[in-house]
Amino acid sequence: MDLNDLAPRNGEWLRGDGSDADIVISSRVRLARNLADFPFCSRADEAQRRDIENKLRTSIGDVHGDQSLIFFDVGRLDDLDRQFLVERQLISRELASGQGSRSVAIAPREDVSLMVNEEDHLRLQVLHSGYSVRQCWETVNKLDDLVEERVTFAFSEEFGYLTACPTNVGTGMRASVMLHLPALSMTKQIDRVFRALQKIQLAVRGLYGEGSQASGDFYQISNNITLGKTEDAIISNIEVVVPTIVNYERTARRSLIKENKQTLHDRVSRAYGILQAAQTISSEETMALLSSVRMGVNLNLIDDVRIDLINDLFIHTQPAHLQKLEGRPLEGEDRNIARASYLRKRLSEIHRTKPPTDSQAN
Amino acid sequence: MKQKCQVCGERAVIHITQIEEEGAASQLHFCYRHAQDYLKESDNPSSSPASGSSEEEGVPETSVACPVCGMTFAKFRETGRLGCPNDYEIFRTELKPLLENIHGNLRHVGKVPKRLPIDARRQTELIKLRQEIQQAVAIEDYERAALLRDQIDSLEKEEKRPSE
Ligand SMILES: [Zn+2]
Ligand SMILES: [Zn+2]
Repeated sequence: MDLNDLAPRNGEWLRGDGSDADIVISSRVRLARNLADFPFCSRADEAQRRDIENKLRTSIGDVHGDQSLIFFDVGRLDDLDRQFLVERQLISRELASGQGSRSVAIAPREDVSLMVNEEDHLRLQVLHSGYSVRQCWETVNKLDDLVEERVTFAFSEEFGYLTACPTNVGTGMRASVMLHLPALSMTKQIDRVFRALQKIQLAVRGLYGEGSQASGDFYQISNNITLGKTEDAIISNIEVVVPTIVNYERTARRSLIKENKQTLHDRVSRAYGILQAAQTISSEETMALLSSVRMGVNLNLIDDVRIDLINDLFIHTQPAHLQKLEGRPLEGEDRNIARASYLRKRLSEIHRTKPPTDSQAN
Repeated sequence: MKQKCQVCGERAVIHITQIEEEGAASQLHFCYRHAQDYLKESDNPSSSPASGSSEEEGVPETSVACPVCGMTFAKFRETGRLGCPNDYEIFRTELKPLLENIHGNLRHVGKVPKRLPIDARRQTELIKLRQEIQQAVAIEDYERAALLRDQIDSLEKEEKRPSE
């Protein structure tokens, strides 16, 4: 399989179903692990990094049962391909921008990604559509067990799984849920939510992780603490919080409908109109408008668009995806023109009864 | 898109979402040293930042290097990354307050691997040998590198034996 085959499709996590999928986009759990008999990546030279890769590659090749994993040598991919994998949430920015031998093994459905030689020797990630963080943990835990039958991980009884960065030591686990919170953002109640989250030691980040702005009103909520709590307790903490935030968002949407239906309907319809008609459009504006349209679809203010198409467009209008889909490099204004034209094409297709090339059906 | 420590400009490794009383959330970025300073300050608002230095006296910074990977604690502060599993042992005194700050806990209670390292010394020995190969290759002493490679192979074979 080639990366270009992935471009027109979509990962499992963007399917747009699963429970509370109108607000909870996706759930993810990742585990950080290191081989016990190698230095951490920062102290390993290229020969050692290759040894680590070989050792892990033979150990993880068949852990995913009948779905065989696809390996990518990230060090050999060009910038566009690396950016493409970041946009799909299959590799971290750190792996993309790293140095030396490093790779990723991806399940064809894109729900599993195993990164080798990132900050730690192995990062196991399971990513699902909707609100399914416990299911992600169960799946990644099984994968971890299988890998563990073949290699010995660095572990101490006192500090747990030993990681290159002390912020991950212990369980090595980061569990996160991605939420779409346009009404809370619009009504400026989002700060209150953040404040509540901080009290219970959860972190909030944007769509593409640390430091990135919450573009498109997407917020990732994840645990800060990895030492001194069980995996189950970490998941439970998130399970307590997510339904509360989902309810806040629903309440905010309801009161917007009740008090400002015309204004809201106008905002959503204008957003939809611009996306269907613009001749040039930036990534930021696209994200903001798609966010409004997404909420509009969920509130039945727009009835001719399916939510999975909108989910699709969030990713397909990102720079690397756009260039892959267009099959040529695009810079600056050319990219904005191509983005607008892509949006017009995809949004006009829905008015035909039968889209001729519906490659999105998965 | 690497963030820099807002105090000294080093690579930031701790990111804190600060919530103002009335305002929005703001992101703070620190290296380890300044994250520690920051957390100390916010835990104890009465102490001025300048008085913070006296508290450091209790834990003199070691200049010890990890015998397995060569890492020093100063180097860790600079990069935010440890060098090998043994560093958690070697720098235990310095790491404990840091772990306490980050996690509020010092003891793992989560998953335990089914296969524990049979002999931790053998694991560190392997890392040490691998580091020595790295050095031997760097000075083009391939004879020594080959010798070390044999030692690693035989240690790895022992490791694979289920139990003895
Ligand atoms: Zn600093
Ligand atoms: Zn070390």
